Amino acid sequence: MAKYLLLKHYRGAPKAVNDVPMDQWEPDEVTAHIQYMRDFATRLEGTGEYVDGQALSPEGTFVRYDGEGRPPVTDGPFAETKDLIAGWMIIDVETYDRALELAAELSAAPGAGGKPIHEWLEVRPFYGVTATATE
Amino acid sequence: MNDALLRDLVPAVIGVLVRRGADFAAAEDAVQDALLEAVRVWPEDPPRDAKGWLITVAWRKFLDATRAQTSRRRREEADALHEAVAPSPPSSFDDTLQLYFLCAHPSLTPATAVALTLRAVGGLTTRQIAEAYLVPEATMAQRISRAKRTVSGVRFDQPGDVGTVLRVLYLVFNEGYSGDVDLAAEAIRLTRLLFALAPEPEVAGLLALMLLHHARRPARVVGGRLVPLAAQDRSLWETRMIAEGVEILQAALARDRLGEFQAQAAIAALHADARTAEETDWGQIVEWYDELVGITGSPVARLNRAVAVGEVGGGRAGLLALRGVDASLPRYAAVVGYLREKEGDLVGALEAYGEAVRVAGNLLEREHLLREVARVGGRVRG
Repeated sequence: MAKYLLLKHYRGAPKAVNDVPMDQWEPDEVTAHIQYMRDFATRLEGTGEYVDGQALSPEGTFVRYDGEGRPPVTDGPFAETKDLIAGWMIIDVETYDRALELAAELSAAPGAGGKPIHEWLEVRPFYGVTATATE
Repeated sequence: MNDALLRDLVPAVIGVLVRRGADFAAAEDAVQDALLEAVRVWPEDPPRDAKGWLITVAWRKFLDATRAQTSRRRREEADALHEAVAPSPPSSFDDTLQLYFLCAHPSLTPATAVALTLRAVGGLTTRQIAEAYLVPEATMAQRISRAKRTVSGVRFDQPGDVGTVLRVLYLVFNEGYSGDVDLAAEAIRLTRLLFALAPEPEVAGLLALMLLHHARRPARVVGGRLVPLAAQDRSLWETRMIAEGVEILQAALARDRLGEFQAQAAIAALHADARTAEETDWGQIVEWYDELVGITGSPVARLNRAVAVGEVGGGRAGLLALRGVDASLPRYAAVVGYLREKEGDLVGALEAYGEAVRVAGNLLEREHLLREVARVGGRVRG
């Protein structure tokens, strides 16, 4: 088994096919979308492939160390930031192809008009932590 | 004996061990060990006196743990401990109350006070608490042992402040439920125990507030969707719980020592009284918010008051009541959106709801607000 991170972006991913912003959907379409995401996670729990998932607020801040005894320096949020993560899901699957298959399924979540969004999701493999014995 | 009844005994048993001379941290560990043994042994061989059994076993666990230390210290401490056994029956009521005070001690941060209360007063295992707060078990174990170290120097017979205990229990209640432990129900159980030990009006107020809120829970989230109060199916409210909450509240209010929890419970009771949203007595609710603002000066109370003012006098009146309220409060933007829509300013409402989605503090709220954006957006487009 191998773990993959599925990343959903507020900004920074290529443009989706059904790219109508959410504030122009019908309320029922919003509900259907949320339900699809929830059902997806439940189904993956059922197949033993779900690890974890969280949604993130878009309100982020950049922080850095500013030297001994000084408070942290903060900056942002930056309107022009190219990349903004909306949420993530970790899956544990047999193959890379399975990870792609599941990401594609998630990308088919319904949007405006009840049609799939075809949203671009990012799939990132985890580094393994177990040292492989090689002789 | 069910799990909650067993856990009802935990604080009293810890109290007995502490009276006999065990330090709090060791007593707490010993009682947790005894609970594990109870779960293992009782199904086959239930004791006649559950509490007596727990005291005996926990005391033995405590002595075992103490003996397991270095051999020199072992002999000295065991002797001292045997001498420390109190012959007279302890006053378990006072002991339990002291335990509440200790676990909510002002030297603890709110999160550690919550964790320690759930374990030492609530008798939950570290794993259950960790699952409820969605953190790894090792993290929660550290949080609890740090909390125990922090209060280790506090003398057990110092009087505490019931107010700090109430705030901790209210935090537990508001965490709601995730994992297999229902923290809201657990908070109600612990507040009931506290009310039996310290029957003060504000303890009653908090208990009533919890019951009145908990009674609405079946209608609040339906099919994973947050349903706002006005849209809830009131036939799903648990009427017996409401009746109990109202009764406890009325008895407390009659004692004429008003506090913030009684005022909040009074507002909840007025909502519970209305058979439909339209029948809500918003005029009285505004008056109770005035009391609440007077008592606490809380900006959140002022924000909620503005909604009630809007229900009485219209959107514009509500927006005027928002003047001077801190705009960075959670839900501020959602309140502005609601009041603007009420006033007929749909474009302004849409803008405010959009902002509310961006700053939403939890997922259910965010999803609800997304639907509001879609709904108001539809009205704007006609």
